[in-house]
This record gives sequence, C-alpha cells and structure tokens, in this order.
Amino acid sequence: MATQGIEQPHAQQPSGRKPTDSSPLTPYIFMAPYLLLFLVFIVIPAVFGIWISLHNWDYLLPGKPWIGLQNYTDLLDANSSISGPFWNSMAATGKFTLYSVPLLVVIPLLVALILNQKIRGIQFFRALYFAPYVLGVAVIGILWRFMLDPNIGLINYYLGAKIPWITALPWAWISLVGVTVWWTLGFNAVIYLAGLQDIDPELYNAAKVDGANSWQRFLYVTMPGLRPVLLFVVTVTILASANMFGQSYIITQGAPGEETTTAIMYIAETGLRQFNMGAAAAMSYVLALALLLISIVNFAVFRNRGD
Amino acid sequence: MVEKRLTRRRFLGLGAGAGAGLLLAGCGGGSQNNPAVQASGGDGGKTYDGPKVELAFWNGFTGGDGPYMRQLVEQFSAEHKNINVSMNTVEWLDYYQKVPAAVRSGEGPDVGIMHADQLGTNAARGVVIPLDDVENALGFKESDFAPVVWKAGIYNNKRYGIPLDMHPLGFYYNKGTMEKAGLNPDKPPQTNDEYMAALEELKGKGIQGHWVSPFPFTGTLTFMSSLWQFGGDLYNEDTTKATFNSDAGVKALTWMVDLVQKGYSPKNVSQDAEYTAFQNGDNAFMWNGIWNINPFEEIDSLEWGATQLPQIGTEKGAWSGSHNFVIMQKRPLDPNKVNASKVFINWISQQSIAWAKAGQVPARKAVRESEEFQSLKWQPKFAEEIPYVHFIPPVPGIADVQPSTFDRAVNEAVLLKTDPKPALDAAASRADQLLEENRQKYQA
Repeated sequence: MATQGIEQPHAQQPSGRKPTDSSPLTPYIFMAPYLLLFLVFIVIPAVFGIWISLHNWDYLLPGKPWIGLQNYTDLLDANSSISGPFWNSMAATGKFTLYSVPLLVVIPLLVALILNQKIRGIQFFRALYFAPYVLGVAVIGILWRFMLDPNIGLINYYLGAKIPWITALPWAWISLVGVTVWWTLGFNAVIYLAGLQDIDPELYNAAKVDGANSWQRFLYVTMPGLRPVLLFVVTVTILASANMFGQSYIITQGAPGEETTTAIMYIAETGLRQFNMGAAAAMSYVLALALLLISIVNFAVFRNRGD
Repeated sequence: MVEKRLTRRRFLGLGAGAGAGLLLAGCGGGSQNNPAVQASGGDGGKTYDGPKVELAFWNGFTGGDGPYMRQLVEQFSAEHKNINVSMNTVEWLDYYQKVPAAVRSGEGPDVGIMHADQLGTNAARGVVIPLDDVENALGFKESDFAPVVWKAGIYNNKRYGIPLDMHPLGFYYNKGTMEKAGLNPDKPPQTNDEYMAALEELKGKGIQGHWVSPFPFTGTLTFMSSLWQFGGDLYNEDTTKATFNSDAGVKALTWMVDLVQKGYSPKNVSQDAEYTAFQNGDNAFMWNGIWNINPFEEIDSLEWGATQLPQIGTEKGAWSGSHNFVIMQKRPLDPNKVNASKVFINWISQQSIAWAKAGQVPARKAVRESEEFQSLKWQPKFAEEIPYVHFIPPVPGIADVQPSTFDRAVNEAVLLKTDPKPALDAAASRADQLLEENRQKYQA
C-alpha cells in the first residue's frame, strides 16, 4: 500500500487521505528548526525589548528602575535629551531613503535590461556589476572616504576642484547615496535579471506580431512580468536604506554636525556605547513601527495596481 | 640605574607593604565589592607562589605600541613560571563596548587597560574592582606620580586604576615644509605671535600650515588644549555643569575657526586628512598625540620634529590621556588569578621605561627623571608638558557627554556651519542635561 501511495499519490485523493497526513504534527515538526531559531532570535528578543524599553535599563547597573512609558514620552518631549537627536536621525534616515530608493530601483533595472541582452562576454559584465556588492561596508567605506576626501582625495585631485564631498551638505548626501548605489546596485540588478529571464519570450513575439515597438513591449510585457520582482526589490531596498549605518559611520562620521547621523547610528550609540538600553529599545520600536507602516503602504500600492 | 632604583624601591616597599597588607586584612571585611580579593590573603602584587594560572590580558594597543606590550608580556611569562599571560587586542572604540559585555557574561579578561576617563564609568558599573591594596603594597604615593594622573584613578575614594603612562597632545612640525617657507626648522614657534607669524610666512609660499580638523581626532583635542590655555575648563569643579562655553572656550574655538577663515587651514578637512597632509609635506604644523612618534620615525622621507604645544592662550596647557591597569570583576573572583594579576601589573609598571619607548610618557616620576628616559629622542619633550596637562574628569558616564556636545560644537564651528559662541552655548546646555542624567543614573 505504501508503494502504491508513492507511485500514485493522486489515486488516494478521492478517499480523503493525503499522503502525508500521518499526524497533524508533521508540518510543525518540519518547521520546528526554523521556528526554534525564529523564536530564540526574533520573537523572544522582540518581546524582551518591549520589557527593556519600559525601564531605565543599563545591563551592568544593579538598579534598572521601571519607568513605564517614559522612554517613549521622552521621544515626544522636545525638552528631553534624546528627542532632538533621535528625530534628527530619523529625518536623516528618511532623507537617505528618499534619495536612494528611486535610484536603486531604476538604475539596476536599466542595468539588468542591458545585461539581459545577448552580447558576447555578457557574463563578464554581469560579474563586474555585481562585484562591489561582495565587498564589506568597511572596505567600501574606507575606500570612498579616501577617494572623496575634500583636500587630499583622488576625486577632487582629478576634478581640480575643492568640493566638500563628505563634510558639507548637500555633497555628503550625494556621496553617501552615490556610494550606496554603486555598492548595492548589483544585488537588485541580479534580482531583476532573474525576473526578466522568467518572462516567456513568446509574449515578446506575440507583442511584436501585434506591432508593439520596443518601448511598448517594455511597458506592456516586461513591466507587468516584473511586478512581483519589483515589489520585492522596492520593499527590500526601502528596508536596507532605512537601516543604513556603515556608510555614514565610516565615510562622514555623521557630520557635518549630526546631519548624516542615521537612526540606526544613533540607536547604536545610545544603546551600545552609552548603555542607555531602555531608550534605545524604545527608539527601535518607533523605527520598526515606521518601517511597518511604509511596508504596508508599499504592499497596498502594488496590490491596487495588480487589480 | 633604573633597575637599581626600582630594586631599592621594591625592598623598601616590602616593609611598608607588609604593614599595609595587615591593615587591609583587618578592615577588609567592610568592602562589599571585592570580598574575594580581601579573603585571598595576597600581598597586593609583590609575589605570587600559588598554582600555575593563565591570565587573559586585554587592551586596545592596535597601533605601533602593540608589539612593545606583547614583548613585555612574553618577557613576563618567561620570567614567571607559574603565571602565563595571553594578550588580546581589541580596537579601543570597540573595547569599551566589548569588555563590559564580556565581564557581564563571565567571559571577561582578568587584567586590562583602561583610559583614565573611563575608570569612573567602569567602576560605577562594576566592571573593574578596587586596587587599593596594590597601591598600598607597592608603596605608591601621590608624589611618585603627576597629581593629575594619580587622582584620575580614584573613584568614590577607592583606587581602580594603576597608572601606566600618559599620552599628551604635542606639537609636530614638518621640517621640510618649514625650510621651504624660509622658516628655521630647528626653532619651532612656541608663542602665539611666533605661531601666527610662521603661518603667515607659510601662507605667503602657498602653504596652508595648520589644517584644523573638525573631528575629535585632532579637532576636539586641539580645542580642549587651547581652552585650557585660555584659562578655561570643560566642566566646573564637581563636574555638574559644563563650562566650555566660557569666554576662554569661545576664544579657543574662535582661534581655530580663524585659522580656517584666514586661510591658514583649508576648509572641510576630513578625518585624518591633516595627518596624511603632514606626512606628504602639504602642511607644516600638527597638534597630535605622542603616539605618532614611532610611526613617523619609520617614514624615512619625512623630516619632522616634535615638542611642546605652542602657547596660544594666556597660560600653558595640553590635553592628555592615560592608560591604567585594571583588574576585571568576575563572579566569583579567583583569588589566585587576582594575585597573579597584581604581580603582573606591578612588574609591567616597573618596566615602564621599555613601555616609554612605545611612544608614551611613563606615569612614574622616577622613570621620567631617569637618565634612560631623558636620553630618548622625543618622549622627554612631551614629558615637559606634564606639569600643565589636563585630563577629562573621570566621573561616570563622562565619555557619553562629549560626542553630542563639544565634539559637535567643534565640528559645526570648524566646518563654518555655526559661529563658535552659539555652537558652544547649545552644546553646554545639552551637556548640563546629560551630566544631570548621568548623576541620576549612576547614583541609582
């Protein structure tokens, strides 16, 4: 009977038995390894974080007084020591996301369209565009900090200019966004490329037969075909940009003033250097909430388009 | 010569130490922080004859000083059959994050190094244990040290750090660049008038002589030094209020901003650019720490000199940091390891002439005055600043006050975003708030 079940799984459907329902626990056992990791590294810290955020929490001090929602109200109180820098850093993160996401959605798509052509040696170029992504943020950060140095950097040397690339606005944002686009476009391009190669070539042929020009083919065949990929790319890019830390930390050190100090940078500073973990946890929840809202809007927009 | 002196000290210390040890043993019960230490019956670091122990020693000597310390550690392990020390180096910036976490989880080192201004924080947070018995057993007295470094190791009337060295800010000058501008490379400017005249001379030759950094290294270090030179201070006596926005502070920061505005410094100097420019001969003067002497010695093409900071303000003054030995908290503390750690600290402390060669000024006065130290090329020049160096006060949480206050004010002013006075005023009111929060946090 077991043999029969394997050879002809569908044959058993009418009888109401699925081949795998030996026990209702089976799916959970299969999921257990992941669930365990999810529980230990995501759920428990997330819940514990809420607990921490309700205290004045320094893990080495004996007293961790309960202060209720004060860490949250402090964030809204303009006179508290954390609210100014925190919202400043949230604004910095918002600006960076706003500047970098459109570029990181559009440019990799163009790159992917080019890389999808049948050109000799295209594999080489595919590798080339992806190459920066394999470098760590410390490597690209230090590399670009030296190249962008206003007084002794290569870029100003060759331009014969004194552009304050990393010490004044708006140049600091231009540099941070530019570096990030250069660094991560390969990842998005590869995702797009996979999406492009998934589109049935017959659709293009059919469109050609119907007399669509290349722009129309892109608009009516490529774009609809890429919609799920696009949703993924936009969501992931927004989250990555909102979590930007290393580039600012290494290239601009948050300067000028604290203009390029991002939210994650300030949270890390508060929680891990000043050991003000309650406040840092509260900030993290505010940031997470903001990202959650943005993601919901994002999904809603793509869903409406799909209808 | 030094060896002899230390031997004599050691001999004298033996008697004094034994007495102090007894005294401590008698009243040690009152100390709740380190019952194990007091119960261990150690002699505060003179000898260790217990079972063989492995000591983990952590520090942040990632630069040219690392190999010197490693060599000392190896020498110590070779000379002490029952103590083996393994050294682990973590970059300073991460060190103060990792050490408390490691200590908390029971995986911390036995011995470590901490900067003077971190001692209060880490004492209050229970990361390090008091070392009064070491001080007593070894017969350390305030007069053996510069007062500023001696006091920095004390928190709540207990000693937590045994000072190893001081590393003040000094004045580096590029002789090649000075010659190019027609300046005498053997006579670096030492007064405000000389300094400004030299910068003007350099400017005439198209050289921006002193690049002002808007970042903590070296911008804030320069600001603090000139603040003290103008007679000001960072905080008031009991470190409850910020005073760096005083007239002296405004004068100091205005002086730095003027260097930029008068063209003696380029605008928008980025992190370490002044350092690279100095090595390339693109500038002439740099206010930087003593830790640069060995790296510079290794650059054959660089003709340079170093001496005390020029006096820009009304008095002499210079920032200095200090490395201190600490013993880390463990629950429970292993008395054997604690005693072995003290022996280790004592031994290295006696080798501070070898450590001085790594680019440091020894904390011990006797070593600074020794012929061997005085015969070093650069270190004695920095040592001359010791009578007037200032430290950041070692109160708990003080390191957290700086970044968003006067670091930021220096950054904004030097980048010409905000005028010195409003930048410092805003920073000071924020600092007052942070100081108050720290007081509440560490008292609770």
